[in-house]
Amino acid sequence: MPDTLVKLEGVYKSYWRDSLEIPVLHNIDFEIPKGEFLALMGPSGSGKTTLLNLIAGIDRPSRGRILVGQENVAELSESSLARWRSRIIGFIFQLYNLMPVLTAFENVELPLLLTRLNRRERRRQVETALGIVGLSDRMKHYPNQLSGGQEQRVAIARAIVTDPDLILADEPTGDLDKQSAEDIMELMTRLNQEFEKTIIMVTHDPRAAKRAHVVRHLDKGELEAA
Amino acid sequence: MKVLKLIFRNTFRHPLRAGLTILGLAIAVMAFAIIRTTVSSWYAGAQAASPNRLVTRSAVSLVFTLPIAYEEKISKIEGVTGISHAMWFGGIYVDPKNFFPQFAVDGDTYIDLYPEYIIAPEQMEDFLKQKNAVIIGRRLADRFGWSLGDQVRLTGTIFPGDWDFVIRGIYSGAEENTDETIWHMRYDYLDERMRTEMPGRAGQVGSFIVQIADPSQSAAISQQIDAMFENSSAETLTETEESFMLSFVSMASSIVTGLQIISVLVIGIILLVLGNTMAMTARERISEYAVMKTLGFRPLHVVGLIIGESLFIAALGGAMGLLVTFPIARLVQAAMADFFPVFKVEPITLVLAVLASFAVGLMAAVFPTLKAVRTPIVEGLRIID
Repeated sequence: MPDTLVKLEGVYKSYWRDSLEIPVLHNIDFEIPKGEFLALMGPSGSGKTTLLNLIAGIDRPSRGRILVGQENVAELSESSLARWRSRIIGFIFQLYNLMPVLTAFENVELPLLLTRLNRRERRRQVETALGIVGLSDRMKHYPNQLSGGQEQRVAIARAIVTDPDLILADEPTGDLDKQSAEDIMELMTRLNQEFEKTIIMVTHDPRAAKRAHVVRHLDKGELEAA
Repeated sequence: MKVLKLIFRNTFRHPLRAGLTILGLAIAVMAFAIIRTTVSSWYAGAQAASPNRLVTRSAVSLVFTLPIAYEEKISKIEGVTGISHAMWFGGIYVDPKNFFPQFAVDGDTYIDLYPEYIIAPEQMEDFLKQKNAVIIGRRLADRFGWSLGDQVRLTGTIFPGDWDFVIRGIYSGAEENTDETIWHMRYDYLDERMRTEMPGRAGQVGSFIVQIADPSQSAAISQQIDAMFENSSAETLTETEESFMLSFVSMASSIVTGLQIISVLVIGIILLVLGNTMAMTARERISEYAVMKTLGFRPLHVVGLIIGESLFIAALGGAMGLLVTFPIARLVQAAMADFFPVFKVEPITLVLAVLASFAVGLMAAVFPTLKAVRTPIVEGLRIID
């Protein structure tokens, strides 16, 4: 039995709009082993992104425990969470979310500015990450000089540059054409297989989900049985 | 360094907006500095006053004169080391708009009381030799292109008729704030003509300039002088030269106060402009800040970016404003030479302008920073550019 990397116990999440409570996730219990490639699917509003955000520690559960490694994410302070995220999590967004004023190199280097690496070490890691995503020749390009697929590859390089244990991807192919989406999924598969990264990916795309080892469905905040 | 690069690039992400904001700041800082300089120029005369000089004038009003005979009595008071007299002449050179201060002074004693007037000894001798000789300041000579030996006619207003003069001396100021625009004619030239044409106005002076050995005795000596002429037909009011000068400033106190209020308002307005720019900037970048926080950056990093950008804009605007202040001040000085013999941007004005820029930069960032820090990451990520 492989080690568990992510464990959710009785996770419940609701939002308040004025005095009205809107439940989003109902008592989610599940475990994700190290090295897993999990696809979370479900209709809009089913709570997929909320679940991803809770695991990433950028949102907090109303109830329940979220363990990533040995850390109970729900109990960490904001600053501890920020430090924890910079070490453990690599996040990939649907809309890439690159800094438009920074080059591809500088965007990838951004998370490394929070580490104690010197300039030369940072450069080596950035070049490695951009090499993995196949953009060594686009280092000095700004986001607006790249295609959508290339932007997403820069975002993936940014997510892996700190060598995190867990990669969380929120619809990484949602804004891409078919070929670019294929390329990105190829890259995600490679990250999982070659670099043994644990990946949790939210997606609407069945073709993307096929790349995952496990596909779980969320509906109305409830996780369907595996 | 990377953070500074990010601040720099963020600043010029919208070049037009950043440029206009910086230009606005530059104009505001320049306006602030020029207004402050205008106010301080109003006080320049008082600042240049000597603590060793007292001025005795009519207790009723400046327009009333005093008998010249008072001079001898005042000179005998203990602690008085020198005395002279002066009379406002108020003549017109060609056109009333060519205003400059003109005093009829005692040739033998007046200049000696003003060591800040630097004049060649031979020019001083020439002044004493010729009754209609005048000594003028360097800036006044430059203004009208006058040089030694030039003959100049003034038309009297207080003392009617045409008055012919010969320029025999041109003085320079020993200090930067020495007034170099004054016309000194000889009192005996004026008095002699008054004796023949208007005998009732002869032997009268506008004020006595009293030199004292010890400035700490100024109050006591002033009281002594005024007590000496109490209940006479021409009572006196004696005060330090600085107080005398300030009494002129106080006549325009509401203008000075108004200018001071405007200088603060200018800074307040530009605070709103920069605050608006920073608010727009922060609102546009909420999703970027959310991404940075997702990557592990803490709220303090975001605070640094926003405040850094605001301070950078303020610093650029402030620096540009101060740079253009000096040529503008020279233009104002040239245009307003009649009103401000000294128009110098003082170091304290520069310090205040720098502090004002810094404060504006800091305050403009407060609300955008709060907004960026308080917005939860998930909410920030939901915002699409």
